[in-house]
Amino acid sequence: MPESTDTALTQIASRTDGARIVLDRVSKVYPGQDAPAVEEFSMVAEPGELIMFVGPSGCGKTTTMKMINRIIEPSSGSITIDGRDILSLDPSELRRHIGYVIQQIGLFPHMTIAENIAVVPKLLGWSKQRTAERIDELLQTVQLDPGTFAHRYPRQLSGGQQQRVGVARALAANPPVMLMDEPFGATDPITREKLQAEFLRLQESIGKTIIFVTHDFDEAIKLGDRIAVLSERSQIEQFDTPAAILAEPANAYVRSFIGHGAALKRLALIPVETAVLGAASAAVDHHRIATDDSLRDALDLLIVTGAPAIGVVDRSGSLVGSLTVERISTALGADATALAATRSDEGRPA
Amino acid sequence: MTPFDLAGLLTFWSRRWDDILELMVEHLVVVLISLAIAMVIGVIVGMLTWNKPIPAAIVIAAAGVALTIPSLALLALLIRPFGLGWTSTVIALTFYSLLPIVRNTIVGLREVPPSVLESAMGMGMGPIKRMMSIQLPIAWPIILTGVRVAAQLTIGIAAIAAYVAGPGLGTLIFNGLSSLGSKNALNFALTGTLCVIILALVVDAAFVQITRLTTSRGLRA
Repeated sequence: MPESTDTALTQIASRTDGARIVLDRVSKVYPGQDAPAVEEFSMVAEPGELIMFVGPSGCGKTTTMKMINRIIEPSSGSITIDGRDILSLDPSELRRHIGYVIQQIGLFPHMTIAENIAVVPKLLGWSKQRTAERIDELLQTVQLDPGTFAHRYPRQLSGGQQQRVGVARALAANPPVMLMDEPFGATDPITREKLQAEFLRLQESIGKTIIFVTHDFDEAIKLGDRIAVLSERSQIEQFDTPAAILAEPANAYVRSFIGHGAALKRLALIPVETAVLGAASAAVDHHRIATDDSLRDALDLLIVTGAPAIGVVDRSGSLVGSLTVERISTALGADATALAATRSDEGRPA
Repeated sequence: MTPFDLAGLLTFWSRRWDDILELMVEHLVVVLISLAIAMVIGVIVGMLTWNKPIPAAIVIAAAGVALTIPSLALLALLIRPFGLGWTSTVIALTFYSLLPIVRNTIVGLREVPPSVLESAMGMGMGPIKRMMSIQLPIAWPIILTGVRVAAQLTIGIAAIAAYVAGPGLGTLIFNGLSSLGSKNALNFALTGTLCVIILALVVDAAFVQITRLTTSRGLRA
């Protein structure tokens, strides 16, 4: 017996720390077009996972994402969130439980920042007090002082500040799922890096299931738990962790997407503490790197200083060992071996 | 032609100021009623057609053609079905108000950025909610500008409504024209004209205030 829309929505909404999203052979064919924009797309996003869709413009990555909140209706296939078939739910009610951030932000210019954030809570019938408390909390989360910003209008904010409000607004009703369409694409490189770092920190604490569309592979590596590299018609060329894609690109298409410097990009993902450190006494100069920095930072420091070895310090600041170019190279090799090992484990039948 | 006599004009005013004031109020009322009706019709038509290119083009073209009909001819046509007086006047003024209001409603709604609409949709607002709480408020200053233009237009045209025994300052002007050569002919015509101009200026100033008060601070440049 089909359950009511309400029960299904309540269930989805209750998974505030991330719901499982399953897309099964989802296709989109626009009338009057021969080739489908998205063809037989299947994917599972685990609760709390940040999944990046990367691909060139027009590959169908945005179309695929927008089918999850039904801004675009799929032509065929099924989509479930937390086991519930979303195509049977009321689209507007469904969308209130899916955070949505787009590149152009789309803040409502005639509403204050507080009013913008309050839109979904109001639609859901929250009390005034609960909404007000949530606005305060969210503005602090995205590092905007509520006293200063709550009653300003969008046009009085910089691009970076507006995008922070965009993220806060999407998080307003604490949705289990977030869809983000190149949210940092229109900001300048410095702001973008700042927003990315803040966003990573935010995701660590909120743990939503996030589908994040970007055409910037470096952004995908930096933010994603897993990356889906997409080509024409939203075909999945490879779907794996950033480290695995960098270490073993599935084909020439993925390799072309990674571009040059794959090893350097991988180093950026490996923290210094995973490398086998040399004796602390080998670090004769005063150049130091922290254990939670990346091996890329370490290599950078080695090259810049020209020193044969640099010292590694832990959080308390005491010297725990040293790093050389050889040791970094060994660590990179060990990382690849470890990846290959997990891979063959997964491949083995249970 | 009687020479202009300022003292005579002032005497005319002091004797008839209550009549003049009454006609001015009538003039204002008939304009406001017509504007209100035109606004309801115009905004609804605009809301129904703004995103449909062909109906929108037809509506704008039709309203444009309507505006080219000479007001005297339209008023004459309206006497048959609606008789003399207020009804014909209100219908004619509403008719002329439609073009600026419909056109500005369509333009205003079209100028709402697609990204704003998409995020409203993505946040779970249905079509009616989107129209009422996002699109209309953003288009509001542009719609009001249309109403303001319509107001200027109809204040002028309303003066001609006296031809169908309509209310307002046209009565003074027509009195003057029909009694040319008499002592007060010029005073009648001049007073009517001056009052129309004053009314137009006052109403325009009022619209500036209304626009300021009813437009979100976030939309003001």
